[in-house]
Amino acid sequence: MNRLKIISVGLCLILSLGFFSCRPGRSGHSLVVAGSTSIQPFADKWAELFMEKNHQVVVDVQGGGSSAGIQAVRTGAAHIGMSSRELKDEEKELYQIEICRDGLAIIVHPTNTVETLTLEQVKSIFAGEITTWNPLNGHDRAITVVVREEGSGTRGAFQELVMGKTRITKKAIVQDSNGTVREIVSRDPNAIGFISLGLVDKSVKAVALNGVKPTEETILEKKYKLVRPFLFLTKEPPEGLIKEFIDFVLSKEIQDLMEKEGLVPISLPKEREGVS
Amino acid sequence: MTRLERNERLIRLSLFMIALSAISVLVIITVFIFEQGTPIMFKYGLKSFLLGRDWYPSEKSFGLFPMIIGSLMVTFGALIIGVPLGLASAIFLAEFSHRRLTRILKPVIELLAGIPSVVYGFIGLMFLVPLIREKLGGPGLSVLAASIILGIMILPTVISIAIDSIRAVPDSFREGSLALGATRWQTVRMVVLPAARSGIIAGIILGMGRAVGETMAVIMIAGNAADIPGSILDPVRTLTANIALEMAYASGEHREALFATGVILFVIIMILNTIANVTAARQRKR
Repeated sequence: MNRLKIISVGLCLILSLGFFSCRPGRSGHSLVVAGSTSIQPFADKWAELFMEKNHQVVVDVQGGGSSAGIQAVRTGAAHIGMSSRELKDEEKELYQIEICRDGLAIIVHPTNTVETLTLEQVKSIFAGEITTWNPLNGHDRAITVVVREEGSGTRGAFQELVMGKTRITKKAIVQDSNGTVREIVSRDPNAIGFISLGLVDKSVKAVALNGVKPTEETILEKKYKLVRPFLFLTKEPPEGLIKEFIDFVLSKEIQDLMEKEGLVPISLPKEREGVS
Repeated sequence: MTRLERNERLIRLSLFMIALSAISVLVIITVFIFEQGTPIMFKYGLKSFLLGRDWYPSEKSFGLFPMIIGSLMVTFGALIIGVPLGLASAIFLAEFSHRRLTRILKPVIELLAGIPSVVYGFIGLMFLVPLIREKLGGPGLSVLAASIILGIMILPTVISIAIDSIRAVPDSFREGSLALGATRWQTVRMVVLPAARSGIIAGIILGMGRAVGETMAVIMIAGNAADIPGSILDPVRTLTANIALEMAYASGEHREALFATGVILFVIIMILNTIANVTAARQRKR
């Protein structure tokens, strides 16, 4: 009985601790950033660093998707919207700041002899029209197509940039993270998949598209086509705290951090050093 | 009213409240799933949900038929692998093995149930999937891989319930059979197993429930293609995998469709549990 009491009191204490730590302990300015789930994990980190430097500010980063982010800025529910797609014409009334770019890499097993594919070939493979490697590199093996799940930003970008209105084949293997797609492609000699460029490592090979290798340079020169912008959106021209946060994200510190995490900063490192 | 009586009443009331809270959680979950999942089923038609073959939520196409077939195939495969293995182990442990050996082996088998499913999935991904890809062809992530891993995962359930129901058969049955000149195996086959039948079936159905509901291990090794598999070497997606895979980014109707998947899963598991309870009740009556 006694032990029970101690346990229950302890539990209550722990729970209440959790409750208090959830509440912002300080009353200061707050900034709501909402939108693309592709940008969200990065934005979380930027917000954390920003809050370390500005103790009185609370930055609240929320997901929801690009469209939800755009909607949130329009209605004023969020100060900054995040979008990982270009704005549609009717959305152009918003102020947009490109903070970085993200490339999509088409990856195959390192032993695969295919070096380059055309956009058309990639589309046919993922639509399930080309089903063996035979027409591409002569090996008479079935292609294992690996994709992301419905709803993911990476799949959305791939659908938009490569597939257009064509459906991705139902026979494709579906994985719920960039990491597991890479893992499967690195183990299956017949597999092909797509992941964020920053997550490509030595376990897989990124193929060139129309002869253009995906690198930071080719992305900045707009030669490599599978690129999506990461945008920050505001309703009014940014000022005050909003401007401070955007400037912070555009600063050398964060842009360097982006590069480390596999995103492509909006300017080349050399130019950036010249500016700051 | 004495103090003792008042205490008694108080305790009874609080225990009743606690029991009620457990039930109310179940009720809340049920109401929530159905409230979230059924509107979209009626909006697009029950038939298009249950029999539609295309799952493209971004294009408002919500056919769950491949996932229903997938769940059934994987579960059936798990039973083909798990039931003979489980039944044979149970018969050995209950009827033939030395008592001391049983006392060691039974807890070890029950320990299998304590291994987290992600570990099963990981082992499957590292060893089973490459093996299938190299020896049998296909991508390796397949109905076969999922069936084998699930077959192993249901073993503890099948074995321990089968052992209990074999042991529940009165010794007088065995003695009668042996006295008539039957061998041990004949006794087991013709007297003990028929007598323990409904208990064994209840165990198998509980194992089946586990196989239908398993998510993590299946996501890792089944490949999750939303298509009806043409062979056991093709990838497959189950109902549970469908929910867990896509819930992270789902919104609006896509999210509701995932709840609808939950409704269908709920109904399937309810049916299985009812069958298990009925068979178990039939055993008790005898």
